[in-house]
Amino acid sequence: MKSLEELRAIREKMQGQVSMRAEDHTHTRVVVGMATCGIASGARPVLNTLSRLVQEKGLTDHVAVTQTGCIGLCQYEPIVEVMEPGKPKVTYIKMNPDKAAEIVERHLIGGHVVENYTLSSADIN
Amino acid sequence: MYRSHVLVCGGTGCTSSGSQKILEALKEELAKNGLTDEVAVVQTGCHGLCALGPIMIVYPDASFYSMVKVEDIPEIVSEHLLKGRVVTRLLYKETVTPAGVKALIDTDFYKKQHRIALRNCGIINPENIEEYIGTGGYQALGKVLTEMTPDDVIQVLLDSGLRGRGGGGFPTGLKWKLAKQNDADQKYVCCNADEGDPGAFMDRSILEGDPHAVLEAMAIAGYAIGASQGYIYVRAEYPIAVERLKIAINQAREMELLGDDIFGTGFHFDIDLRLGAGAFVCGEETALMTSIEGNRGEPRPRPPFPAQKGLFGKPTILNNVETYANIPQIILNGPEWFASMGTEKSKGTKVFALGGKIHNTGLVEIPMGTTLREVIEEIGGGIPNGKKFKAAQTGGPSGGCIPAEHFDIPIDYDNLISIGSMMGSGGLIVMDETDCMVDIAKFFLEFTVEESCGKCTPCRVGTKRMLEILTKITKGQATMEDLDRLEELCYYIKENSACGLGQTAPNPVLSTLRYFRDEYEAHIKEKRCPAGVCKALLSYHIDPDKCKGCTLCARNCPNNAISGTVRNPHVIDQDKCIKCGACIEKCKFGAIYKQ
Repeated sequence: MKSLEELRAIREKMQGQVSMRAEDHTHTRVVVGMATCGIASGARPVLNTLSRLVQEKGLTDHVAVTQTGCIGLCQYEPIVEVMEPGKPKVTYIKMNPDKAAEIVERHLIGGHVVENYTLSSADIN
Repeated sequence: MYRSHVLVCGGTGCTSSGSQKILEALKEELAKNGLTDEVAVVQTGCHGLCALGPIMIVYPDASFYSMVKVEDIPEIVSEHLLKGRVVTRLLYKETVTPAGVKALIDTDFYKKQHRIALRNCGIINPENIEEYIGTGGYQALGKVLTEMTPDDVIQVLLDSGLRGRGGGGFPTGLKWKLAKQNDADQKYVCCNADEGDPGAFMDRSILEGDPHAVLEAMAIAGYAIGASQGYIYVRAEYPIAVERLKIAINQAREMELLGDDIFGTGFHFDIDLRLGAGAFVCGEETALMTSIEGNRGEPRPRPPFPAQKGLFGKPTILNNVETYANIPQIILNGPEWFASMGTEKSKGTKVFALGGKIHNTGLVEIPMGTTLREVIEEIGGGIPNGKKFKAAQTGGPSGGCIPAEHFDIPIDYDNLISIGSMMGSGGLIVMDETDCMVDIAKFFLEFTVEESCGKCTPCRVGTKRMLEILTKITKGQATMEDLDRLEELCYYIKENSACGLGQTAPNPVLSTLRYFRDEYEAHIKEKRCPAGVCKALLSYHIDPDKCKGCTLCARNCPNNAISGTVRNPHVIDQDKCIKCGACIEKCKFGAIYKQ
C-alpha cells in the first residue's frame, strides 16, 4: 500500500460489514418476517436483498436488518417492518426483492414511506 | 455479503471453555441449513465477560448468548438465524427483562465501561487486517506520516496526559520526548507484553483481540522518536496471542504497513517478536531489554535510562501493550478528547482484570476516577454467596490491599499510591471475609521469592527472610518481636533493592499490616486465624448435641481421624486430623465446626 487512498478504499469496503456490529439505540430497524409462512412466500430473498443493499449503500451505521417470527398476518407475507426511532412503525406487505430495493431507495435513503406497499393501503376486511 | 454476523469469542478464557467446538458446530449447522452464504461466522478476541464463556453474539440485533453448549447450536441456527426468533432461554440473563431483550451496553457489566483500549476486542476478527482497517485502523499512522512532524506527535501525547499503563504511570509523551532528544544511528521501540502479575490478563486480551492496534502505535512511536525497528517481548505462555501477533505482523508487511517506504513517505519501520520464558523480573524494563539482547534476564541500575542507553546500548522506548492500544485513538480523536476523561492527573481509562470473590470475573475498562464500589458492586456484580467484602488487591505482588473503608475512593494512579497500593498493570483481586490477610501476604511473598532474580542481596535474601517470618506467623509460632523485625525488613528491602521487583516486594505485607494489623496480632498473641484459613491454627470439632451419629464424616475422613458408633456422637482425633475440611462438607446436620 503506497497511499492513503488505498487505505481509504479498504476502509470503505469493510465499513459496511464491521459497523453492523455496533450497538446503538438510534438505529432504524428493518425487520423481515421469517416464520414458516414468511419463508414459504419468499421472505428469504427479500431479507437478503435488503441486507445486501443496506451494506452496499453504506447504511449499516444507522440501519439494522434483522428477522423476526410470524407477525400473524400470514396471508400478507412476506412482511417487512421499518421502525425508525421516534416515528410510527411502517408495515410493508407482499414484498419481493424488487419492491425491497424500492424501499431501500425511497424510504431508507429518501425518507418517504412507499404508501402503496403498506398494510394500511391494503384492503383488509 | 452477509446479512448477519455471528461472533464467537476466541480469547483464552472462552477457548478454554470450549469455544472452538462451538465454532465448528456452528459452521456445520449453518451449512446444513444452507445459510453459509448469508451468515458470517467471525472468531474474535475477548469480550470481557470471561465468567460466562463461551460467548456468542449475533448481529445486527446484538443478541448475547452466554455459556453456549454445542447442543444449543442447532436450535440457535434454526430458530434465530433462520427464522429470526431469538432463543431467549440461552441469552445472557442480565439482558432478558420482562419488557423484552435489552442491549448489552445497558447491562450493569457494560453500562459504566468505556472502551478505548478494548474497543475492537470482541468486535473484529483479529486475524483479518481488513476488519481492523474497517474500524479506522492504520488511519492514525497515515495521519501521523503525512500531516504531522515527530514533535507534533509527542506534543499530542503530552497534551493527552496519557501515562504508562504497565503500572508505573510515567507520562508516555515525556518518555518519547527524552528518546527523541538523544541522537543515535539506531533507536528502538519496544513493547512490554511480559504480563506477569498473578491475576492480570488485559495485555493478553488486547494482543489476542486487536493486535494491529499495538503494531500501529509502535510504528507511530518509531516515527516520533526516529526508530526503524520495534520488538514485542511477549510471554511464551500466551500461545494464542503469539500466534495472532505473527499473523498480524505478516499481514501488515504484506500490505506494506510495516517495512520500507510506508505510505510512500520514505518512513521505514519493522517489528519482530521476542518470546519471554516466563521470568517475572523480565517485565522490568532493563531486564526485559537484557533478555531481548540474548542475555540472562537481570536488571541493571538506572541511570542510564533506556531513553539514553537502552536496547543494544541505543536510545529505546519501552511501553506497555495497553498504553500502545490507546495511542491510535488519541491521534485520531485528539488529545482534548482523551484528557476529557478521567481525573486531574490520570487521564483516560484503565483496563482491570477482575478476579477472586466476585460474580463477573473478566475484563473491564473504566474511566479513571471510577470508585472501587462501582467496579465491584455494579460492574462486577458483587460478592458471591452473600459474603462480606474485606479487601481488594491491586497491583499484584507489587501492590497492596485496599480495605472496605476506602471503598469510595476514585481509582487513579495517585490515589492508589496514597492508600498504600498501586495501579500496577490492573489486576484486581477481590477478597471476602473468608480470606486471611496474612495468608494473602504470604502468597505474594512466595511468588516474589520464587521470581527474585538473585542479582541483589536485599531482594534475594530479604524476601526469603520475610517469607520465613510470615510462615512462622501463620503457624502460630511467631512473637511480637518477629512482627517488628518483619516491618523493619520491609523498609530495608524497599530502599535498597536494585529494581522495581525488590523495591515493591514488601508492599503486600506493608499494606496488610497497615489495615489488618489486628489479624497479624490475632495470629501471634491468640494463636488464632480470624478468617479460619491458616491450617496450623485451626482445629475441627464435632458438636455432640447436633451429631446424629450417621457415620458419614467417619467414612469420608481420608485419615481415619473420626471415630464413633452408629447413632452416637462422633469424635475427631486431633492428632490424626489433617484439617482437610472433608467432614464439614459432608455433614448434613451442621454438627462440625472449626475454631
